[in-house]
Amino acid sequence: MSALAAVPPHEPVSGRQSHPWDVASVRADFPILSREVGGQPLVYLDSAATAQKPRAVIDAISAYYERGNANVHRGVHALSQEATTAYERVRELAARFLNAASPSEIIFTAGTTAGLNLVAQSYGGSVLRPDDEILVSEMEHHSNIIPWHLVSERTGARVVPIPVMDSGGLDLARFEQLLGPRTRIVAVTHASNVMGAINPINAIAAMAHEAGAAVVVDGAQSAPHLRVDVQAIDCDFFACSGHKLYGPTGIGLLYGKRRLLEAMPPWQGGGGMIREVLMERSSYAPPPERFEAGTPPIAEVVGLGAALDYVMAWDWEALVGYEQGLVAEATGLLGRIPGVRIMGEGADRVSVLSFMLDGIHPHDAGTVLDTLGIAVRAGHHCAQPLMRRFGVTATLRASFGAYNTMQEIEALAAGLEQARRVLLR
Amino acid sequence: MSELDELYQSVILDHNRAPRNFRRLEGATNHAEGRNPLCGDQFDVWLRLEGDIIAEAAFLGQGCAISKASASMMTQAVKGKTIAEARALFAEFHNVITGAGGPGTLPSKLEVFRGVSAFPIRVKCASLSWHAMKQALEER
Repeated sequence: MSALAAVPPHEPVSGRQSHPWDVASVRADFPILSREVGGQPLVYLDSAATAQKPRAVIDAISAYYERGNANVHRGVHALSQEATTAYERVRELAARFLNAASPSEIIFTAGTTAGLNLVAQSYGGSVLRPDDEILVSEMEHHSNIIPWHLVSERTGARVVPIPVMDSGGLDLARFEQLLGPRTRIVAVTHASNVMGAINPINAIAAMAHEAGAAVVVDGAQSAPHLRVDVQAIDCDFFACSGHKLYGPTGIGLLYGKRRLLEAMPPWQGGGGMIREVLMERSSYAPPPERFEAGTPPIAEVVGLGAALDYVMAWDWEALVGYEQGLVAEATGLLGRIPGVRIMGEGADRVSVLSFMLDGIHPHDAGTVLDTLGIAVRAGHHCAQPLMRRFGVTATLRASFGAYNTMQEIEALAAGLEQARRVLLR
Repeated sequence: MSELDELYQSVILDHNRAPRNFRRLEGATNHAEGRNPLCGDQFDVWLRLEGDIIAEAAFLGQGCAISKASASMMTQAVKGKTIAEARALFAEFHNVITGAGGPGTLPSKLEVFRGVSAFPIRVKCASLSWHAMKQALEER
């Protein structure tokens, strides 16, 4: 079964038909795409690091500071009430975006990293006992590995790797064997930030639940590319970042099942997360407020709301089809360049592609591409265990978003030929 | 010559393809590791001191063409130098790759790294093994 098929397609709004993706009109919404780099038009192929922002997001943040700025959940005055309404509207929007059962299952965090650390410290810290096991896939970003190391040191639990196959997929047979009575948590990415490989997350969650383990999903790379439905996945936690979703930096979403969130202790203490504070002790607000200590990043939440409004108006079937077309074109064109090896070539992937060039270090190729105005990522992508698994120290990564074009992929291929001319002469 | 050709001169490409002194140094007196955790580049640098003189230098590791060629040429450049001379050479080299150096103050062989100054993000690559060399000298 294709891993893509495991992801339910976007529910089409009734009466709407899937149209071809209108990339020109999407591009027109992103002011930065008209700038030049080194005298060349910008070819931005690094959306997996952070996506560019549409005018609607930039304007929403300006408008908030120009006309709406106030703290939330605090004052009796009009501005504070407006800010609170705007803030909570985005929580409802986010719940719809991820198809959570209730907005109270959505916690605003600083980003995916913060969300995963919250789950590890609060949930992991309260359920893990010595010799318990946390199954963590070998393709995780460091932000879904290190939080588990940290909580393991505290609790005496152990991190056990789920191996990755040459194809780029997780070894599900091995995963099934690793699941056991000691397994408390399974932490897996929905889509690899390096290879783009999509994990069959519904099946992984079902297997983990069968073994009595909770499922924590890193959705940083899936949320911008796949229609996410946390209830269909049946994951216990799902974390993603606003800035990869065409929204601002500094804001992310953590979904958690209400039953679990209610039993979890706060992660950080401060204003806004309490029921009552005495000098000796305090009692805490219910979720989600329990997990949002201090003044939240209100402008960023407002900006994320504009991003969600923007992307939720898209025809996601058309988007997924378009991005799959881009990554197929890239795979085909790159495959014709001598010495190119694609990491995890057999995987179904979101529009994120990692590759190596024989005899050329990724940083050198990245510098050549940069002189052509082409922005890609070169390095280990905060996934050193995966790099080690494939016997490399670094790769080049090209990632494509809703605004990228076939011409830009041709520019990438031509740039790689240029890199070969410069570096292999 | 374009900035790119200036950066990737044939001397640099040659040292990248066939690095000199690319081995573990038997009888080394000093050693340090240079690591760039952001990009994963990593080099071990060994020195053999005879009194105040660097009698031999060698390195092993992985990195981009700039970092590898720089390490290779560093091991050649510091050989036979006193500790003070090696440190002064690094200071001068660093000035040149960051664009702070004046013209013609560097040994001519190392002049090929002047092109790095047009690519500030690559300064760390060019200086990685030099930092390791300097750190190795502090070992004693």
